[in-house]
Amino acid sequence: MNEEPQKPCACQDAPKKTTRRDFLLGAGFGLNVIAGAMIGVPLLGYVLSSFFKPNVLERISLGPVDQFPEGQTRFASYRNPTHRTWDGMTADIPVWVRRIEGEKFQVFAINCTHLGCPVRWFEESKLFMCPCHGGAFYEDGEHAAGPPPRGLYTYEVKVENGELFVMGGVLPNLSNQKI
Amino acid sequence: MKKVIHAARGVFLWADDRLHLTKLWESTAGHHVPQSAGSWFYVFGSATLLCFMIQLITGIMLALVYVPSAAEAYASLEYLTYEQNLGWFLRAVHYWGSNFMVGIMLLHMTQVYLFGAYKYPREITWISGVILMVLTLGLAFTGQVMRFDEDAYWGLGIGAAIMGRVPFMGEQMVNFMLGGPIIASETLSRFFALHVFVLPGSVLAIVSLHLRMVLTKGINEYPQPGMVVRRETYDKEYAAILKKEGVPFFPKAISKDLVAAAIVIFGILACAVYFGPKGPFGPPDPVQIDTLPRPDFYFMWIFAVAALMPEWMETIALLGGPVIIGLVLFALPFFNGTGEKSWRRRPVAVLVVILTYLSLGLLTYLGQSSPWSPAMDAWKGDLTPKEFLIGRTPLELKGSIIMQSMQCRNCHAIGGIGGRRGPDLSDVGARLTKDQLIRQVIQGGGNMPAYGDNLSPDEVEALVAFMYSLRPPGITPARDATLPGRAPME
Repeated sequence: MNEEPQKPCACQDAPKKTTRRDFLLGAGFGLNVIAGAMIGVPLLGYVLSSFFKPNVLERISLGPVDQFPEGQTRFASYRNPTHRTWDGMTADIPVWVRRIEGEKFQVFAINCTHLGCPVRWFEESKLFMCPCHGGAFYEDGEHAAGPPPRGLYTYEVKVENGELFVMGGVLPNLSNQKI
Repeated sequence: MKKVIHAARGVFLWADDRLHLTKLWESTAGHHVPQSAGSWFYVFGSATLLCFMIQLITGIMLALVYVPSAAEAYASLEYLTYEQNLGWFLRAVHYWGSNFMVGIMLLHMTQVYLFGAYKYPREITWISGVILMVLTLGLAFTGQVMRFDEDAYWGLGIGAAIMGRVPFMGEQMVNFMLGGPIIASETLSRFFALHVFVLPGSVLAIVSLHLRMVLTKGINEYPQPGMVVRRETYDKEYAAILKKEGVPFFPKAISKDLVAAAIVIFGILACAVYFGPKGPFGPPDPVQIDTLPRPDFYFMWIFAVAALMPEWMETIALLGGPVIIGLVLFALPFFNGTGEKSWRRRPVAVLVVILTYLSLGLLTYLGQSSPWSPAMDAWKGDLTPKEFLIGRTPLELKGSIIMQSMQCRNCHAIGGIGGRRGPDLSDVGARLTKDQLIRQVIQGGGNMPAYGDNLSPDEVEALVAFMYSLRPPGITPARDATLPGRAPME
């Protein structure tokens, strides 16, 4: 330990000669860079997994079509397909189901396209209104008033054997317009 | 007795020899500061740190009971508030402590700015302070999520919606923020980790740097108008000040900090006992959409900005705004690092402070009252004052009912009652002709939805008749200026 202050000077004087001490210093650095990467890379992979994992939409049943009267818009919800047992009530996702006629449906996400607040349906004026910043949408989801940049997010809909299905499982936002 | 004192002295000397306590004390609590820094204006920094300590202790207490699981958090909050002995008190102190911390931090920053304390050679003191501000606001936002109720859930939704506006990788950023494609268990877990490990740990580290800078570069002397900072001479001038009137921080300059500390603690306790904890409000149940999501006090101004901006600048301002504010704050000591310190000679600095406080205050007020939000229950709950009904024809009365049932009142007030998104209709008959009213109802426009598909001609006629009758006594109805000489259509 006591010799250390003198050693670096000696090394600078004769840089070509590699002493055992220099070798160990280099080896110490090198090994720790490797060890650090072996810890750091999996750590980044763990933390960033949600960043890189692509979203997959799953087919979700909203129940028999009979519960949705023609010409009306009704509230419905589904259990998020990727839910964990400790999600609690947050796994229940609400939607607005508009049955235009027969098997023609529109299913809207609850989230306002402005900043994601839950829009409410008003049957009488046939408008969706948002409680946060006053966005309003017509019954077909088109933008009617307020700050939202587009109409309501719309799910892909399928009717099979009298049952209504949507493709869902992600929180809709302006970057993710698949639903 | 003498023996005991002797023994105690021996123990202390032993510990001092091993731990160098006296040296540590002299170089920290005993470091010399200009006597002028023992001012009431200089108490905000230590008061902010005190708030942080209170948050640290009460936070650990709350973590003894709180369950950071999406399924259990709400129940554990209710347990904390209503069942756990003094749980309500701890929650209240933690909540009010956070309000005090953000508020006093803002005062500290204002004082540092007005007193020119960020100037040479205290650049790193200022920059570390800016980082601490960001961390504190991060703690405030994540703390709001810990109160895992309806506001927390939809607040996360708003955060995700802002992230979703990031170009090219918005979807990935949303998933990264939420820990998956929706707001769920992993979202709460990662906000918990941020709130109790990452952010407080970072605050402790940066506070150490902040205080280290106070020790190495000294506390700002009380600025006098005309005393100009120059890089070449300031260090010598400061050394001269210390030599002339330097006093040890403890016990000569700490007295006002101590009084302020007590006032802050009394203030937090008073608010905690009087107002109690905030929430939890309704459960974090996405299906319960009968909710009015609002952020906590300190983010209300952002909520207001989001309502008032024109649509084209929203994404730019929501994403670019924080970056620009951050860059300006970081760069401040470099482009304005010398010159006058006293606010008496810095009118621009005073204006900046006044404008900032006015804007933040006004936006917060607007956010609290949210005049842009429809009053969701006005159509079924709000009265129509009788002066707007007396003496009306049956057709007009029918129109008043249509106005109610069509939710017009959610956005339009009559006699000051109802929503405030659109104009008050109390005198609309004096402002718009019948034709204009019909066009407005059917086609909408000016931020009003079109009702053409949704009202029968009969209904439109009744509604317009009622609106046309709405005008103050003695005021003539609006008439079409293109038809000179003709009486208004009745």
